[in-house]
Amino acid sequence: MKNFEYVLPGSLEEASKAAADGGAKLKAAGVDLLDEMKNTVATPDKVVNLLSVGGMREIVRTKDGWRVGALVTLAQLADSRLPAAITAAAGEAATPQIRNVATVGGNLCQRPRCWYYRNRAYACLRKGGTVCYALEGENRYHAIFHNDACAIVHPSNVAPALLALGATVVTNRRSIPIEEFFVLPSDHVDRENVLEDGEIVTEVQVAQSRWSSAYREERERDSFDWATVSAAVALRMDGAVVKDARVVLGAVAPVPLRSKEGERVLIGQRLTEKIAQAAGEAAFKGATPLSDNAYKRLVGPANLKRAILSAGL
Amino acid sequence: MRKRKTQVALRVNGEDVEVAFVPHKTLLEVLREDLGLTGTKHGCELGECGTCAVLVDGKPVLSCLALALDMEGREITTVEGLAQNGRLHPLQEAFADLGAAQCGYCTPGFLCTSKALLERNADPAREEIEEALAGNLCRCTGYLKILEAVELAAARMRQEKTRGR
Ligand SMILES: Cc1cc2nc3c(=O)[nH]c(=O)nc-3n(C[C@H](O)[C@H](O)[C@H](O)COP(=O)(O)OP(=O)(O)OC[C@H]3O[C@@H](n4cnc5c(N)ncnc54)[C@H](O)[C@@H]3O)c2cc1C
Ligand code: FES
Ligand code: FES
Repeated sequence: MKNFEYVLPGSLEEASKAAADGGAKLKAAGVDLLDEMKNTVATPDKVVNLLSVGGMREIVRTKDGWRVGALVTLAQLADSRLPAAITAAAGEAATPQIRNVATVGGNLCQRPRCWYYRNRAYACLRKGGTVCYALEGENRYHAIFHNDACAIVHPSNVAPALLALGATVVTNRRSIPIEEFFVLPSDHVDRENVLEDGEIVTEVQVAQSRWSSAYREERERDSFDWATVSAAVALRMDGAVVKDARVVLGAVAPVPLRSKEGERVLIGQRLTEKIAQAAGEAAFKGATPLSDNAYKRLVGPANLKRAILSAGL
Repeated sequence: MRKRKTQVALRVNGEDVEVAFVPHKTLLEVLREDLGLTGTKHGCELGECGTCAVLVDGKPVLSCLALALDMEGREITTVEGLAQNGRLHPLQEAFADLGAAQCGYCTPGFLCTSKALLERNADPAREEIEEALAGNLCRCTGYLKILEAVELAAARMRQEKTRGR
């Protein structure tokens, strides 16, 4: 790891100012950032430690929902009373040791896990090069939607769940509906979200609702692993009938991907296995798999179907 | 703002120590290189294997992905700190009795992580042990003996407790 100047800001303003400096990086727990620095994919001159800013470590119950501080750990989130999709997504992320330190803000802002991106030998599009090596290369874990420019998948488990529950990301400058937080490579290929220099996620707000929700993922290894496909589903039920639905696909696109196609199949229908299956198929119909990842188009609908059924039943 | 070596006060295995190191050193590196506590092992260095796990304020964390500078004021326990008053921890005894280590490289991480589990759950079910140890890889044992050793240690610890020792 390259040496750096360690900045211990005493306030958000100080942190923001230090982070706005070119060559500076924000650090929360550092699980993702240290990995990037060890691989020398990130070589900051300054590391700005958010942990030294006070606060942002609590989940606060408000009259209409929850405020989750950016430094709340995934373990805290998994043990909380937030909607089921969110606690399940946090509880399935990474390993127990990692969940004890990894933060919600860091989870949302973590960089892609694409092996070309993480390998210093490849000057890929996302690192300022001219090619996405995954498009013609090894792309088993890559995107099957929006994969024409760069085929990363967004690595966060928690993001699809927060999107299904319509959460809001709050920064030191503004509130951003999570639906508008993540960006596609066709808009920005060098970052995954709308955050500007010196902008810091301070909390995530989740509204209380009568929607029931579920998160489900498939992975190669049972003990812990990155999802090959995941789905977060929130349903507003009236008896057995789906009044409204939010369906989000994870690990299949450079952003957590809302599927209006899947939602349309569900809304107004009595929830049955057949309808859940149809929604799963509709959600994956427009997929454009690469050479090695067509399996996601088969596993994805089955996983989504199960997520829908567990949200609604 | 820190770039050169800084003097940092750490608390490791119940002792206060002063160490000087550069900001980019991980907790794993400081433990091994500056404090001579080589029980904690280097494995993948990327969070995948758990062999570097230590306890920070009683919770298992990966020392390869933690900056040592962030550890000021925290209570760090490594495998060297498990034995108390010259007696091995019941987990260490059970691992030895059942042959739950072969090459032993993964053992410190398993011991520290299991200790935290048994402190919050004195009688964990097999699935709970599996879940708690999901982030620890072992290339030798096939895991069965490790799970059995944790169960044996838990049973012995419960017994000692009821006997009031
Ligand atoms: C072996 C392994 C398996 C994993 N498996 C999963 C998995 O299955 N699912 C999953 O979701 N994740 C997984 N992860 C990723 C892990 O959850 C993230 O690395 C972690 O959540 C990052 O949080 P952090 O606090 O350590 O962030 P850091 O590493 O400190 O920061 C990550 C990035 O976010 C930026 N950042 C951090 N906080 C803020 C903030 N408040 N405002 C603005 N920018 C910020 C930093 O600048 C940095 O670029 C895995 C990681 C490992 C090592
Ligand atoms: S060395 Fe830390 S997890 Fe492998
Ligand atoms: S005993 Fe060799 S890796 Fe576990």
